[in-house]
Amino acid sequence: MKSDRRHFLKAAGVATIGVAAGATAAEANLLDSAKELLLGPKGAAPYPEAKKGARWAMVVDTRKLTAESMEKMIHACNHAHNIPLHPLRKKGDKYNKDEIKWIWEEEFENAFPGQMNEHLPPKVTQNEVLVLCNQCENPACVRVCPTKATFQREDGIVIMDFHRCIGCRFCMAACPYGSRSFNFKDPRIASLEINPEFPTRMKGVVEKCNFCAEQLDKGLQPHCVEACKNGELVFGDMNDPESEIRKVLRNNYTIRRKPEVGTQPQVYYIV
Amino acid sequence: MLEKALTGDSKYWGWIGFLLLLIAVGFGAYLRQFNEGLTLTGLSRDVSWGFYIAQLTYLVGVAASGVMLVMPYYLHDHKAFGKITILGEFMAVGAITMCLLFVLVDLGQPMRMMNMIIFPTPNSVLFWDMVVLNTYMFLNIIIGWTVLQNERKGIHYQKWVKVLIYLSIPFAVSIHTVTAFLYAGLPGRHFWLTAIMAPRFLAGAFCAGPAILLLIVFFLRRFTSFDAGDKAIKSLAVIITYAMILNVFFLLLELFTAFYSQLPGHMHAFVYLFAGLHGGHALVPVMWASVILAVIVLILLIPPKFRNNYNLLIPALIMLVLSTWLEKGVALVVAGFIPNPLEHVNEYAPTLNELVISVGVYAVGALIVTVLYKIAIGVKAEVGDAAH
Ligand code: SF4
Ligand code: SF4
Ligand code: SF4
Repeated sequence: MKSDRRHFLKAAGVATIGVAAGATAAEANLLDSAKELLLGPKGAAPYPEAKKGARWAMVVDTRKLTAESMEKMIHACNHAHNIPLHPLRKKGDKYNKDEIKWIWEEEFENAFPGQMNEHLPPKVTQNEVLVLCNQCENPACVRVCPTKATFQREDGIVIMDFHRCIGCRFCMAACPYGSRSFNFKDPRIASLEINPEFPTRMKGVVEKCNFCAEQLDKGLQPHCVEACKNGELVFGDMNDPESEIRKVLRNNYTIRRKPEVGTQPQVYYIV
Repeated sequence: MLEKALTGDSKYWGWIGFLLLLIAVGFGAYLRQFNEGLTLTGLSRDVSWGFYIAQLTYLVGVAASGVMLVMPYYLHDHKAFGKITILGEFMAVGAITMCLLFVLVDLGQPMRMMNMIIFPTPNSVLFWDMVVLNTYMFLNIIIGWTVLQNERKGIHYQKWVKVLIYLSIPFAVSIHTVTAFLYAGLPGRHFWLTAIMAPRFLAGAFCAGPAILLLIVFFLRRFTSFDAGDKAIKSLAVIITYAMILNVFFLLLELFTAFYSQLPGHMHAFVYLFAGLHGGHALVPVMWASVILAVIVLILLIPPKFRNNYNLLIPALIMLVLSTWLEKGVALVVAGFIPNPLEHVNEYAPTLNELVISVGVYAVGALIVTVLYKIAIGVKAEVGDAAH
């Protein structure tokens, strides 16, 4: 029902504009949309290794996180995704205005504002936790994007087309978790050790954690998950009741970041 | 009619030359930004919209305010506005041009701007904002130009023009409503997440826009043959007064909800604006200046004795424009990002390059308005409708 409505709205919108603009590109898009409407969403598995019918999610076991393990996971992500380390924009800046980050450490009270009770066990509040894009089931960033450069795949992953993004940054205003970064300057800087497996970006586009869609399409686990040794992160398919992640969720009480904003985060935390 | 813009005294040409110079300098600054990226602005990962988008927000209001002349004149037959509706319409054209330029200079990938049309996305408010802004601009160009042409030929405007005029009224409301929706529909931004965002925007627009127009009217009266007439000035001043009262009232409503409910998210941004938060107080002087000016403005506008005294009205209008600009054109957008979603306070201040680009955009708007007004006043002088 929901998806029917979406398709209808999409087609209606496309039709209106197609008539108004009459541009060839718009027509091509109209055709695409019409096809999608009739034949269902495209994407007849170009990746045979990718698991079909999955809904990916992650559990972060904050009890197991250590400064060392977090650094390893962050580094794995940064390296795999060609994330540049920009210097401070101006000497004396209080924070790095050009910073790009997909996964990083935060204090408990910053990751979970509003859930900071007094006298919590020190082991909960003193350790930092890892935060990343929540791969929301109802993502605000997708809703606001004017070009569909940010979109949701069938397996739930919220991902970006860097070649379509116009850099309006509406998605950054919309994300309730501060998960998105903008390339204020050219990310292909000298100090970047480029991993040829993953595209570098250009200045002027937004980016964020993509749940390692490129790994999943090869049937592999995300880089940060591969980098942890003690099960700090558990990644898996929510649609499979026998999957490890479902077992972990059954056996542990988990919380999510800002559940009240209705985005349905798919990153769960054991505290 | 265009030829009217091509004849003028040395002051006129001096002003045009000055604006062209500002535009050239602004364009140069923009080329720098185009090459190096938005790192040349004060924007950051945490405050990802700033001065540009704030100007867009303010100017959408200025554009929408034309309706405060159109509605009384065309719907209520308030004849006093007959001479100045054209000024409102042409101001809207200049304002929207600036809005579109501010969006453009804010884009990270401006060359891909057409992606918004190639991949139309009706669930994005930005898409609708683009649609209504462009439509409203074309409506105003067509209406203003045809009405003026007819006036010159001495004929009444045609029926189809009247249809467009009626259409422009809901569009004026919609441009500011849709712009408010850019902010008011975002789940994690408590400061913006308020149902009265659109009414607040409209109230602010309906006092600030006419105030700017009235200041221009005073200027034209002083330096050109064009006189709008006391009746028009006085009724516009009344409209401005009511709108300003609503504008302040709406802000007080926001403060009540935030502080009586004691919801932390709702209070934070206001605390940041009025007192500073976690060591960040860049906007405290801005917000207080806006509030103090607003109080003085209300004192000067509400009693008819003060309001009808032009020596008080003119400074009141200047302060009103300043007060609303500080609130909507500076504080409102930036404060929505502070504290950030992780409750860090990372502040923002525009850079010089950013300001030079903005001045360039304002100069484009001023140039358009100057040329259009020159034509309008030329035509009015020709048909003998300029003096009172
Ligand atoms: S966390 Fe933010 S960026 Fe990630 S899916 Fe949710 S809304 Fe989008
Ligand atoms: S910045 Fe890019 S991804 Fe974000 S809303 Fe704009 S076009 Fe979409
Ligand atoms: S899932 Fe992949 S992209 Fe996301 S944080 Fe982990 S390594 Fe980075």
